[in-house]
Amino acid sequence: MEFFSDLLSALPGAVAQGLIWGLMAIGVFITFRVLDLADLTVDGTMATGGAVCIVLMTNGVNVWVALLCAFIAGMLAGLVTGILHTFMGIPAILAGILTQLALFSINLRIMDKKANMAINPNNYDLLVSLRNVKQLTIENPIFVAAVFTVLVIALLYWFFGTSLGCSIRATGANPNMSRAQGINVNFNKVLGLMLSNGLVALSSALYCQYQGFADVNAGRGAIVIGLAAVIIGEVVFGRIFRNFALRLLGVAFGAVIYYAVIQIVLTAGLDTNDLKMITAAVVAVFLAIPYWKGKYFNRPAKKGADKNA
Amino acid sequence: MLELKGIYKTFNAGTVNEKRAIDGLDLTLENGDFVTVIGGNGAGKSTMLNLIAGVFPVDAGLIRLNGFNLTSLPEHKRARFLGRVFQDPMMGTAATMGIEENLALAYRRGKSRGLGHGITSEERGIYREKLATLGLGLEDRMTSKVGLLSGGQRQALTLLMATLQKPDLLLLDEHTAALDPKTADKVLQLTEEIVARDNLTTLMVTHNMKNAIQYGNRLIMMDAGKVIVDIRGEEKKNLTVRDLLEKFNIENDRMLLSE
Repeated sequence: MEFFSDLLSALPGAVAQGLIWGLMAIGVFITFRVLDLADLTVDGTMATGGAVCIVLMTNGVNVWVALLCAFIAGMLAGLVTGILHTFMGIPAILAGILTQLALFSINLRIMDKKANMAINPNNYDLLVSLRNVKQLTIENPIFVAAVFTVLVIALLYWFFGTSLGCSIRATGANPNMSRAQGINVNFNKVLGLMLSNGLVALSSALYCQYQGFADVNAGRGAIVIGLAAVIIGEVVFGRIFRNFALRLLGVAFGAVIYYAVIQIVLTAGLDTNDLKMITAAVVAVFLAIPYWKGKYFNRPAKKGADKNA
Repeated sequence: MLELKGIYKTFNAGTVNEKRAIDGLDLTLENGDFVTVIGGNGAGKSTMLNLIAGVFPVDAGLIRLNGFNLTSLPEHKRARFLGRVFQDPMMGTAATMGIEENLALAYRRGKSRGLGHGITSEERGIYREKLATLGLGLEDRMTSKVGLLSGGQRQALTLLMATLQKPDLLLLDEHTAALDPKTADKVLQLTEEIVARDNLTTLMVTHNMKNAIQYGNRLIMMDAGKVIVDIRGEEKKNLTVRDLLEKFNIENDRMLLSE
């Protein structure tokens, strides 16, 4: 019984954390699913956003301005990867790794050569904080993160429905066709990478506030968590969430599920040091599920299946 | 009017795989010309179309369309003048997007893509009408993903997309080669209807001599990166496959053309 009560008391934290990381996962969705690029920049950006936010706030900058600056910093990181990829012809994965590597030094510079920087929630107006996670007020980070999630999804849904947004989706779906229809594929890739990394940095900024510190290693393995959320979301909700906004919501839920699973495993007694391995295992299993489903459980199409298409 | 002057293109220059694909090509198309292009594998037909479209740059030469110099323009900028249909039915459409979304992308060819609606209800009416002209029933499946369509349906849709904004030049690169004979005929008929209706200047590559003779007002044959035969007008009208074979002594194994 102790297990369940422990789990229950830890679950709000997992949900809050999941929702905040959900924003990051939505960023990953933009590159991985919409643009069909594997962008590893995010392992750097997931530390950059927080670093920018915490440094600015401890220097007396308003929290909203700090969030905006974090978002812009993320976009700049995406811009660099985009330029490496399109203008310099470096494969996307490698371009992302290069930017990620460079960001480690840049993040240290941002934090004035400190690997870790704390922010005291008593002295600053934080939007989200760990200590409010069990309060039933509008300051509860679950509520705040949910509002952010809804806003971000609404904005992205609008954006990817515009002419420009549609052309970005086409770029990922079929670059040959896109060029033939007059779409500047390189420009769109850069734009998508910027948007994606901007969101990741925003998520990072919120997450650092939530934890109360920024850490230069905060982004290590972030891409895997982002991918986990995307894939869990698709495996669990893929059949019912077809619409673009719902797919994004599925990704956010995927992140929550991921953190809930991690919490269960931790509560069951596994060490936090084993976390990376558990993460890898969780992602591997969820990646395998669609493959197994297709290979071993291929059901014949039902009558009228065409209508659902 | 399309002018190709002194075009050269060599692939893998300086290696053992060096291949001179286009070798001093000159070709002029009058507006409204519907030219069929035949020639063996490696004759340079597809390369010529890709050079016009800007898929890769020319080594030397000039490409001009209605007075505009296209030679150094990137592919996506040339697209505003060109309609293209490819051999591979997968290549001309975005499989994961809906039929109407694909059409909306094509509708914006040559226009700036900003933050306006990606597709308007007004446009949907236009698309429905245009799709109905294909006679494939696609007008009732406008939100279906294109990936669910058959190869023939996708080629018909790509053709519609290529001509939705009237192109100055329509490039058809063996666009029926991957289809079964019946579907190929249907798509060719559609092609002829659309080309005639909009009086489109067209270059159509084909491996089928009968089609090359049946369609268009002019026929060119390519070999080793040059135009070696150019037949038009009355002569083209009276041309038969036998004529082609006899007249031009097409019996060497390079000319693997189907009758």
